[in-house]
Amino acid sequence: MSQSTSSGGEQKRISMLKVLNPFHVWALGVGIVLVGEFMGWNFSVAKGGAYGALIACWVIGLLYSCVAMIDSEVTSTVAAAGGQYTQAKHIIGPLMAFNVGLYLVMAYTMLEAADALIVGDLMAAVASATGYADLNPQPFVVLTIAFLAWLNYRGVFMTLTVNFVITLFAFLAIIALFIGSDPLNPGNILKHSDLLTELPYGWIGVVAALQFGMWYYLGIEGTCQAAEEVRSAGRSIPLGTIGGILTLLVAATLTWYVSTGLMPWQYLGQATTPLYDAASIIGNPSLQIVLFIGTMFAAIASANGCINDAARAWFSMGRDRYMPTWFGAIHPHYRTPFRAIIFLIPIAVSFAFTGLLDQVITFSILSGLLGYTFMSFNMVRFRKMWPLDVIKRGYIHPFHPIPAFTLLGLCSVVYFATFLGYGASLLSIMAFYIVASVWFVKRRYQFVKRADQFTMPWPRPKGY
Amino acid sequence: MIYWDLLSYAAWIISALLLLWIVVDAVSVSRQFDEELLVSSREGADEMLDQIKREGEDK
Repeated sequence: MSQSTSSGGEQKRISMLKVLNPFHVWALGVGIVLVGEFMGWNFSVAKGGAYGALIACWVIGLLYSCVAMIDSEVTSTVAAAGGQYTQAKHIIGPLMAFNVGLYLVMAYTMLEAADALIVGDLMAAVASATGYADLNPQPFVVLTIAFLAWLNYRGVFMTLTVNFVITLFAFLAIIALFIGSDPLNPGNILKHSDLLTELPYGWIGVVAALQFGMWYYLGIEGTCQAAEEVRSAGRSIPLGTIGGILTLLVAATLTWYVSTGLMPWQYLGQATTPLYDAASIIGNPSLQIVLFIGTMFAAIASANGCINDAARAWFSMGRDRYMPTWFGAIHPHYRTPFRAIIFLIPIAVSFAFTGLLDQVITFSILSGLLGYTFMSFNMVRFRKMWPLDVIKRGYIHPFHPIPAFTLLGLCSVVYFATFLGYGASLLSIMAFYIVASVWFVKRRYQFVKRADQFTMPWPRPKGY
Repeated sequence: MIYWDLLSYAAWIISALLLLWIVVDAVSVSRQFDEELLVSSREGADEMLDQIKREGEDK
């Protein structure tokens, strides 16, 4: 798409390129998430044991299925970059939108930093295995962020095509591991009958495990950031998102099945790279290489998708003057939000250089959780203000309002679980967003052109 | 091992070059193009919205 001209025929406008298809949407969502299958999910085993981790896997899977359905319906209508931020702006109001925008930017930038840290640590592990024990991971962390920022800067099509290839490889690596574990002959390689135990810490352990169950799926909601660059958003976003959550449910279940059949829960609960360890236990060198590359690709795909999404959320806030308009610029050749991409590079590098992987991830998860809580209110309000017969939707999710209420209930349980393990982090992140909200109301909102931010050609909402 | 030292230096250098390229290009674009054009995009430019608009006009 080239520069378009407004209806008056005088002012030229630049818009993002509409070049993406449902496979790119799938690659964006699954790409951000899949690294959680390779590492991180297994901390749920330390809290709840193997069965507790399975309950967490499926209960949180239900939470994210609600997220995927709700997102698909709203995004098929609000087809704009910014995703949930734009939805909040149109459906709830400016303060909610500002907060949701911040949740998105913080969640994705923190996750990007964590992914880059993982790439650096993997390089250090390879160096250590080849006899060089003291490799500094920092140059590889910076290279990961710099290369992916460059890729994102140069265009969304190549960025998400690369993500599709490496995400598909990582997913197939999990399938290869499952096949390599000889699942048709239980007891041969997989020893579930010996390794599965009772719940080690009872049901409170299962509740505590829910927080880490989010690693299986965290980020699938990122698909809707592609809405402004996808051809036929009303069809592509639901296809990519629902396909993505189905892929993740399969990958998560296979990951749990293979890992718990090979490792005792006491080891699995603290392993750094459980899937690679599983391949090592099977003893197939080719499988080990595939899983190592899969882990690396999954981390890179996640960082790549996070740069894409964080930049679009920040760009959208700039476009609406929630942040300085300077950030709302589109590159005239590459059609990417180039200033937002550049602005977030030093922030991601700074988070990564702290080296505090668990704190960074916790901040990311909590920001995501706040966003999911918003979605449940958003969905109920959306259907109430614009019923099904008023606005055309590309996808209508079934059983409304059950998914919205289920999502709210599950979010509440996960808040409690997070409070059990990371109470101080939960309270400090709440304080951060409250301070940011006060700044927005007192200082920033005066710059927002209130009429300009509502661009959807929707009818007046019911009751207004 | 010298191989890993070289790889580390290469990573720093490539990172610096990539970041430099990005910054130079961004500055160059900001100088070449009018700021109003760069920030002129509007959200939700989608064929589905056009369809909704048309349906609204028909009613």
